[in-house]
Amino acid sequence: MTPEIFIQILASGLLMGLIYALIAVGLSLIFGLMDVVNFAHGEFMMLAMYATFGAVLLIAIDPLFLAPLVVAALFVVGATAYLGVVQYAMRAKANLGMVQIFATFGLAVVIRGVAQLLFTPDYRNLPPNLLGGKTVSLGGIYLPLPQLAGGLVSVAAFTGLWLLITKTDFGKALEATREDAGAVALVGIDKNRVFTLGWGLGAALVGLAGAMLAINYYIYPDVGAPFALIAYVVVALGGFGSVFGALAAGILVGLVEAVSAVILPSSLKAVGIYALYLAVVFVRPRGLFGSL
Amino acid sequence: MAVHALPRDLAETTAAYDRRRRNELLFFGAVVLALAALPLAVRDVYAQNVIVLTLMYAALSQSWNILGGYCGQISLGHALYFGIGAYTTSLLYTKAGILPWFGMLAGGLLAAALALALGYQLFRLAGHYFSIATIVIAEAGLLLVHNWDWAGAATGIQWPYVPDSWATFQFGRDKLPYIYFALGLFVVTWLVTFLIEGSRWGYWWRAVKDNADAAQSLGVMIFKSKMAAAAVSAFFTAVGGSFYAAFVSYIDPESVMAFQFSLLMALPAVLGGIGTLWGPALGAAILIPMTEVTRSYLGGSGRGIDLIVYGALIMVVALARPQGLVSLFTRRPAPKV
Repeated sequence: MTPEIFIQILASGLLMGLIYALIAVGLSLIFGLMDVVNFAHGEFMMLAMYATFGAVLLIAIDPLFLAPLVVAALFVVGATAYLGVVQYAMRAKANLGMVQIFATFGLAVVIRGVAQLLFTPDYRNLPPNLLGGKTVSLGGIYLPLPQLAGGLVSVAAFTGLWLLITKTDFGKALEATREDAGAVALVGIDKNRVFTLGWGLGAALVGLAGAMLAINYYIYPDVGAPFALIAYVVVALGGFGSVFGALAAGILVGLVEAVSAVILPSSLKAVGIYALYLAVVFVRPRGLFGSL
Repeated sequence: MAVHALPRDLAETTAAYDRRRRNELLFFGAVVLALAALPLAVRDVYAQNVIVLTLMYAALSQSWNILGGYCGQISLGHALYFGIGAYTTSLLYTKAGILPWFGMLAGGLLAAALALALGYQLFRLAGHYFSIATIVIAEAGLLLVHNWDWAGAATGIQWPYVPDSWATFQFGRDKLPYIYFALGLFVVTWLVTFLIEGSRWGYWWRAVKDNADAAQSLGVMIFKSKMAAAAVSAFFTAVGGSFYAAFVSYIDPESVMAFQFSLLMALPAVLGGIGTLWGPALGAAILIPMTEVTRSYLGGSGRGIDLIVYGALIMVVALARPQGLVSLFTRRPAPKV
């Protein structure tokens, strides 16, 4: 293996890893906020991909510029999921953890069914556009444009998220609610409102990832499942609730996947990720940056 | 008075406790007799197939419940043990001619041994970390089998066509043998759960679930408790997998190890009442026929209506009856978790 090829592998792994991080961070954020694992997270991403597909057909603007629209739509989806389902799951008098798992899982199955009903199980892809299928060469390293754009968008989104959490009142309310959801009511923060916005934000982030992935991935009702599994691994690897952990673990998973794809048969590349995950949690049961 | 599965109240006298346990057994006997008579009345092949699957999932969910319900360790990777049972039995039978009955035992023991080896690491993980690790391990197992050429890889294993016989546990048209075996498996898993519930182990497991720290301070051996629950649970899940392989005579990785099997083992218990004696059976009796009926009447078009109905039911039950449907029949409130 020449150094160029090795750098090529690492570069594509890094870009994919940034996308994985963007998919996972919303999940981690919601968990950090209220200890709920959203089992419909992959379905949120699938909805974002279909939203991109539909918007491109309707408005005929390049998918890249439609991403803000998709993000806004997913914010509404996330907030609605909280108000319509999750807030009731939080009030369960018995088996709380179980109720949350199966309420969000039931929601995931319903969303998948609705997607099948509306869009049929057929595989779709976007019509030719600015980025799709194009490659750019940077000093001898070839990078597919959709992945490069996805990686840059992910970096921008993490920067924005960091500013939001550290510099705004909403970010402070988010942090405070994460610390102690009971006590924030005493200082006049509406816990339910923070949870609603938190779900909106979490869905918007995975929506952004979905909008970027739609550019060069097939779109079908079950597309969320494999990405969701990677997102759970990323979140558990980074430590539930940790935003920085999601970023670091996402990149690590992307790199390990790219290397595994070279040294293992391609159908086994996911085994590399699973092995990494198990090796880490067996040594650090709360993930790399988990502090729970 | 019949359907009680709750821990013995401190106020309950020994005599009342013994009476309740005896009544539970009597009620169970009546249910089993009714179930044994059912296939004699229902002769339709499709309906008999649904009965086989319902009894099998009742037994599987009862096995899952031993670890997930009584011990509070939410495994979402039991498809791994189901697959180990199915593959061990199928490989021993098709490659070495070893009868499925021995394969069943071998698969069960192998799964129990693996559960102990994995549990040694997994039980140090808490809550969601444990659940996600179980998903990951099961998915890794699925991928490995998918790439294992000797075991048929993605193509799977076809059982040879043989005349009807109990020795090979192959029956072409007759469903009764499968119904009675599945019923037998359910009876065994129910009785094991019943015995555990009344034993010191049962109290330990409930203590571990309710408050692991307090239980430990009172001398409950948490780690040993979880390991024992995992081994028993994995053993019966693998026996169920062996049975399924013999029943359908053809297996491939997706049809016995996919994530949906892990869910189908957990869901009946959740629906009926997790950590209860009757929850898994009640949940399976509702969920499995409903799944089959929606699939055949609404799913054929591939339009997703079956998924919408199925998902909505899971959501509604989880939200409306968090303690499970079995709580509709009990007088005392379910214990808080």
